[in-house]
Amino acid sequence: MIGIEHYVVVSAILFVLGVLGIFLNRKNIIVILMAIELILLSVNLNLVAFSAFLNDLVGQIFAMFVLTVAAGEAAIGLAILVIYFRGRGTIAVDSVDRLKG
Amino acid sequence: MGYANSLYLTSAEIGLSITGLVLLLVTAWTGRGAARIITIAAAAALFGALVFTAFMMDDTMRGLAGYAFGDLFRVDAFSSLSKILIYIATIACLVLTPHYFDRRGEYRGEYPVLMLFSAVGMGMMVSATNLMTLYIGLEMSSLASYVLASFARSDSRSSEAGLKYFVLGGLASGIILYGISLVYGFSGTTSYDGIRLAFDTQFNTGAVFGVVFVLAGVAFKVAAVPFHMWTPDVYEGAPTPVTTFFASAPKVAAVAMLVRLAFEPFGGQSGSWQQIVIFAALASIVVGALGAIGQQNLKRLLAYSSINNVGFILIGLAAATPQGASAVLVYLAIYVFMTLGSFAALLILRDPEGDKLTSFADIAGLATRSPALAWCLLALMFSLAGIPPLFGFWGKFVVFQAAVQADMLALAAIGIAASVIGAFYYIKFVKVMFFDEPGEVRSFSAPVGHWAVLALSVLVVSPLGYLLTPWLGRMADAAGLTLFAIP
Repeated sequence: MIGIEHYVVVSAILFVLGVLGIFLNRKNIIVILMAIELILLSVNLNLVAFSAFLNDLVGQIFAMFVLTVAAGEAAIGLAILVIYFRGRGTIAVDSVDRLKG
Repeated sequence: MGYANSLYLTSAEIGLSITGLVLLLVTAWTGRGAARIITIAAAAALFGALVFTAFMMDDTMRGLAGYAFGDLFRVDAFSSLSKILIYIATIACLVLTPHYFDRRGEYRGEYPVLMLFSAVGMGMMVSATNLMTLYIGLEMSSLASYVLASFARSDSRSSEAGLKYFVLGGLASGIILYGISLVYGFSGTTSYDGIRLAFDTQFNTGAVFGVVFVLAGVAFKVAAVPFHMWTPDVYEGAPTPVTTFFASAPKVAAVAMLVRLAFEPFGGQSGSWQQIVIFAALASIVVGALGAIGQQNLKRLLAYSSINNVGFILIGLAAATPQGASAVLVYLAIYVFMTLGSFAALLILRDPEGDKLTSFADIAGLATRSPALAWCLLALMFSLAGIPPLFGFWGKFVVFQAAVQADMLALAAIGIAASVIGAFYYIKFVKVMFFDEPGEVRSFSAPVGHWAVLALSVLVVSPLGYLLTPWLGRMADAAGLTLFAIP
């Protein structure tokens, strides 16, 4: 029997993978955008699992909001990436080094 | 509480949203030519929202706070005072903006529209009494901010700042959201009152994780140490008017949101978050002070200064008393004017070709070239350092007073000692302006709006600002008490 704890563990693993994807990734920025999406999806899994567990619809409504915002966020992220690529000609993570203190 | 009443309570947000949408259409139709008019229209709409909120503040002071749309949104003295500060800061940023972009021919009508949407989101953040409203408000203001940071499209530093802000802001939102999902799972509700009740009866490890994740994510948004590393880069890379905006309005909104979160849903568990807040406060003060010392770029320096100021604000939060909440608001009010003034001065600094001057070498001997500007900067820097006759001192005073009244003598003592380190670079500013040899002679010409913002800010931080204390104190006290009045 698959219980709530299984969902929470999977969601926690996805969340950690997303965070690691942002920090350990040395290749290109698209991977970072994917990692952010992964984090948001892990949250959705959590919300929906809790919603079913608690028999309460709020979690599922929240998940719909998160999906919508994630779409907007991805659009803005890609738009910024396009501007960045036009100016720099590359989207390698190592190229993001013009601002340093 | 009918639907009409809900609409009435949220009319500032609704009005701003509608204005934003209409102006977006106008921009799409008219193109670049109408950018100025759209800016004026946006500022007028914000002013309308400001007046409405000021009247609302008057109502809420008499205890007429109200929930809108069930328990999603609350208008009380706390949210009204925060919104007043947010709208003032946004209007000032709109005044400071067009000149900067005009010289590069890059000003477009989307800019004021994005500011309007950001203001709507910030209003929702401070009024939210449900984690769902909080999330929507937060994302609304953040998404607009990412675009604003990369608004100077031809400048590769601006797009890099936008990219960094986007990635780290997205990560912060993800962390907050993950915390929210845990809080929801372990309390069974997303409403602040419901969470408070649920946590009072049961507060287990999972819930602790949720609270810590939410607070860590918000710490990202307010740029508190250890989540501050994006601040100097984003502040330096973003166009200066956008940096002005980031350092003022969203900071107020994020801090107000943090205060409401800490006292309303997590208020019963103050023991479990106080330690974290105390650590973040002291670390922010120290890192903000030490990090700024070696900086040559003035925008980077002001970024560290804002980290430093967030530390002082968090001391008020750490006190976890109504006085602490009130002190946070008083500090925020003064901080907004100090920040607006400093950045307005930075925007006035340009050489005759219109290039921005942003390093210490550029302001050497400013006192002989432009005494008015130099004296204004002197007042602002001394006020940021908290030197007594100026109003900045009052903010630090109320914050430390709240900490002492909450029996946190050690916290207050360390904070005061660290603020002395911070005074070093503020005074260095003054030393460079007044005692260093001037470089080549330059003249400055800035539009009257810049000088107006600067003059107003200097007036507020000058000793005349103390005339505001009874009024500001009364409003902040009322606002602080509303957070603790929840059954």
